[in-house]
Amino acid sequence: MVSVYITGVGMTKIDKHWDMTVSELASEALRIALNDAEIENVDAVFVGNMLSGIVNSQENLASLVVSYAGLYGTPAFKVEAACASGAAAIASAFISVKSGMFKNVAVVGVEKMSDETSVEGITKALATATDSEYEFYHGVSFTALNALIMQRYSYEFNVKPEDYGLWSIQMHKNATMNPYAQLRFEITMEKYLSSQWISKPIRFMDCSPVGDGAAALILSSKKPENRPIEIAGIGMATDKFQSFLREDLLTLAAAKMAAKRAYDMANIRPEDIDMVEVHDAFTIMGVLSLEALGLAEKGKGIELLKNGDIKPDGTIPTNLSGGLKARGHPVGATGVYQVAELALQLRGTPVGVKLDNPNIGVALNLGGLASNCYVTVLKGG
Amino acid sequence: MSAPKYWRIIPHYYRLEGTICKNCGYKTPLIRKRCPNCGSDDVERFRLPREGEVYSYTVIYSPPEGFERHNPYIIGLIKLKDGTKILGQIVDVDPEEVRIGLRVRMTFRRIAVDGKSGIIQYGYKFKPVK
Repeated sequence: MVSVYITGVGMTKIDKHWDMTVSELASEALRIALNDAEIENVDAVFVGNMLSGIVNSQENLASLVVSYAGLYGTPAFKVEAACASGAAAIASAFISVKSGMFKNVAVVGVEKMSDETSVEGITKALATATDSEYEFYHGVSFTALNALIMQRYSYEFNVKPEDYGLWSIQMHKNATMNPYAQLRFEITMEKYLSSQWISKPIRFMDCSPVGDGAAALILSSKKPENRPIEIAGIGMATDKFQSFLREDLLTLAAAKMAAKRAYDMANIRPEDIDMVEVHDAFTIMGVLSLEALGLAEKGKGIELLKNGDIKPDGTIPTNLSGGLKARGHPVGATGVYQVAELALQLRGTPVGVKLDNPNIGVALNLGGLASNCYVTVLKGG
Repeated sequence: MSAPKYWRIIPHYYRLEGTICKNCGYKTPLIRKRCPNCGSDDVERFRLPREGEVYSYTVIYSPPEGFERHNPYIIGLIKLKDGTKILGQIVDVDPEEVRIGLRVRMTFRRIAVDGKSGIIQYGYKFKPVK
């Protein structure tokens, strides 16, 4: 059976890149990854992106990215799974190498959100991740769906606003070490608690920011001689799409299924994991992600925050990059940033806080209201 | 919202119709020709109960384009009397007075006005049972 290795990594700083197009940004990360892998070209390029059609008025994106990168003739695909587009592109690329069809492929996750300059406009664009006929129809924003979960979770498990604040504070702290992060400053509990309502009980400081960024990986069936990083497992699953159809609103069922599939493929257990990058688009989703990965019981995710377990020196270092909250969340790029960050950490050259010889890293990327989820397990050599 | 897209869902928006599966018994507030739970096409329409209680809610202060004039407004996840859950705005109540467990009843209202295609969208919202 073919094994799949990460042989190149590239990323841009997440920012408002006013002077770049979506394709230019993607090609930039792609070129960095090709240089890192020391190869000229690949057999195919998989572009993960959610909003280019809506926000940048640009579809047929994958071939345009290849054109910007100067890789004439290379096959290219765009893969979309809302906020999990990046991981969906990784999964597609992984399958293509695993099948034996391709030997070296590139994955690029990209999102260029700042082309939409109004808050209402970007809110509407992101709300296309909801069901347009049964959810958005009523004026629901994407944030609002997450707020419904946060309200109920707080009610059932008696969670206080200060508890969620611990997440944001830690993410901002981690991001100060990451030169590629969008929000490289610390925040206080006071600042968290006094931030404005976006969709109550979600505050501004519970939310990931709007930004532009691209991250890229080169995947190869050829094992590198030095410090090989293997994609040892990938798990995917979908959930009942609409918020109101979930029997259990407080369990990310698809994330849980995806985790089980990924762990089985990689032959690991939750206890084996040295670090995770999880999908904290909102603080509540960070907490639920830890539960879905089997790192905490249902309703106990918040304890990991209170005990300091998610800190870089804790039992399960979480989002050393700063996470979606502070590294940033250029939607379709996020899943690729997560895996790129884990890969660099395993290679011993992290972009943020450095762990002491980690061996296994796990990334969880949630699409929509966790209706399409991807778990990726990396093993260092 | 385009006219065809709107017209397809009118039985749901105006009359709160949903789909019940004769194979597995799964009930949803969606208009579907196939059960989203078991995949059977042996389904029929039914009318959802008009009353229920708030299962969860949020107050939107940062609305998407098209809903600015409602700001702020309340979205509820409503558990209807038969156990089916459904999403909708909660109106005729102060945001501070909404709580989980609040009893609500369906009311027929204007949802949004689409400037571009000129369609005025109607449908259900929920208000407290006095």
